[in-house]
Amino acid sequence: MNIPADLKYSNDHEWVKMEGDIALVGITDYAQSELGDLVFVNLPEVGDDAVAGEAFGDVESVKAVSDVLSPVNGRICEVNEELLDAPELLNSDPYGAWIIKVEDVDGLDDLMDAAEYEAFIATL
Amino acid sequence: MKLIFDKSVKGRRLTILPECDVERELLPEGERRAKKPLLPEMSETDISRHYTELCKQVHGVNDGFYPLGSCTMKYNPRINEEMAALPGFAGIHPLAPADAVKGCMEVLDTAASYLCEISGMDEMTFQPAAGAHGEFTGVMLIKQYHVSRGDTKRTKIIVPDSAHGTNPATAAMCGYEVVNIDSAPDGCVDLDALKAALGDDTAGLMLTNPNTVGIFDENILEITRLVHEAGGLCYYDGANLNAVMGVVRPGDMGFDCIHMNLHKTFSTPHGGGGPGAGAVGCKEFLKEFMPASALLSLMKGDAAEHIQVRSFMGNFLVVVRALTYLLMLGREGVPEASINAVLNANYLMQKIKGTFTPAFDRICMHEFVLDVADFKKATGLSALDVAKSLIDYGMHPPTMYFPLIVHEALMVEPTETESRETLDWAADVFRKLYQLGFDDPEYMHASPHGTPIGRPDEVRAARNPVLRWVPEG
Repeated sequence: MNIPADLKYSNDHEWVKMEGDIALVGITDYAQSELGDLVFVNLPEVGDDAVAGEAFGDVESVKAVSDVLSPVNGRICEVNEELLDAPELLNSDPYGAWIIKVEDVDGLDDLMDAAEYEAFIATL
Repeated sequence: MKLIFDKSVKGRRLTILPECDVERELLPEGERRAKKPLLPEMSETDISRHYTELCKQVHGVNDGFYPLGSCTMKYNPRINEEMAALPGFAGIHPLAPADAVKGCMEVLDTAASYLCEISGMDEMTFQPAAGAHGEFTGVMLIKQYHVSRGDTKRTKIIVPDSAHGTNPATAAMCGYEVVNIDSAPDGCVDLDALKAALGDDTAGLMLTNPNTVGIFDENILEITRLVHEAGGLCYYDGANLNAVMGVVRPGDMGFDCIHMNLHKTFSTPHGGGGPGAGAVGCKEFLKEFMPASALLSLMKGDAAEHIQVRSFMGNFLVVVRALTYLLMLGREGVPEASINAVLNANYLMQKIKGTFTPAFDRICMHEFVLDVADFKKATGLSALDVAKSLIDYGMHPPTMYFPLIVHEALMVEPTETESRETLDWAADVFRKLYQLGFDDPEYMHASPHGTPIGRPDEVRAARNPVLRWVPEG
């Protein structure tokens, strides 16, 4: 299971990567492997509020539709429209395929680091 | 195999349609289609062979064991078909005068009264065409009730996270906000989570009992009391009624309305288009909102209050089959069927135990959920691989990856219509596959080996479905 050391993680299996003041958000390798092959992605609108613990979009795999919960608070400033045509990127490159970018980020301190997240998924 | 269109030969005819015995009347110019429709042209022999060939490529209850959890794939007695084929039932017209269809009305009334007795409801409609349609009708009743009282602040429907996916979809279709609440560790409703979710914006709760992991919620009276105290109503999803019919009544558990799947619990055809029937029942105080035939309502002059979800009386011949089933079982047979459904599920679960692990190791109701997660850790094989492998043994796979609260779920519902020999055989197959997973995981990962299609490309099927035949050129 790939868990990059420089990212932050939520217990709903989203990752956060800070690039300056902007947070990139995606789903973890564990999440994509549990979901199976992804076939559709629903993205939010730019300008929507991101609320920690609340859904900002959903992903549909061959098994089920699952909400994607925001790991942080803030405002969505960009969405990755490439995923609409190529949802399989979430499977093949989960840490490259960011889903949204968030500005005015708040709530990073509540997230897990890589070691904590690894310990967390070991309990599942 | 070839599509029926590929087998078509230009000019080939058959003679199963009777001669037209009324004067030919053409649609007015402009209403007629410009081109002939593309229909296959075949002889009766070739059509018959085509469909027989298709039949051989599917698996139905009449082919073998079909433990598809939550779907209650019980045997459909042949006498149901005999009754539904009686000309007095099969040959009626929906606009026939009432005094010409008194027998049919008696079928509807009798079936309604039996189903009211089984569900603990006061009124029944057969208008909804199937289960999700029934859910929609039931939640519309709840909505009409609140709206009729001017109580428009109730905008939320509470649905546990173990619910059928149709429940939140239904609530959303009815214009409600869906509030998901987590289940307790035993798969039942978490009372604290329920209390926290309830408020004066609660329109109602949607629940199945037994729930989707096959466990009867022991707090059910407390649950419905809490919802009622908050001013909400309780909707019972009848998907799992086969566990309790004739034993416990949803109406006595505190539910206000219910849908029942006649195509599950009451042995009418299921799958392949059925058609189904989602009978909806309600308590006396909701009666005024029940769907009615638009025609009858107009005649009575009270069309405004009723909701209307389908034309006429719904799938009438399905109701004939369900009534036949109820009459064949009788007062003693109805609860006996449920008791045997529960016994069969527990027997099979105990026989499989020691290999695949039950997600909840306790006495189950009519179905149980296996958690394949440990097996996956040990062998790399998933619930999907196990399900695909069962096909080679002539068994329909159980429901996979549902409920979502169990990650590698296989949901097994044997029903009461399977013999002990079949259950022993099925348990043997599960045990063999468990061992095969350790001995030859590659073989299992490539299963099934003996079917016309092995593993369909599910991603392509979802993203680029080809649903229409298009002629070449």
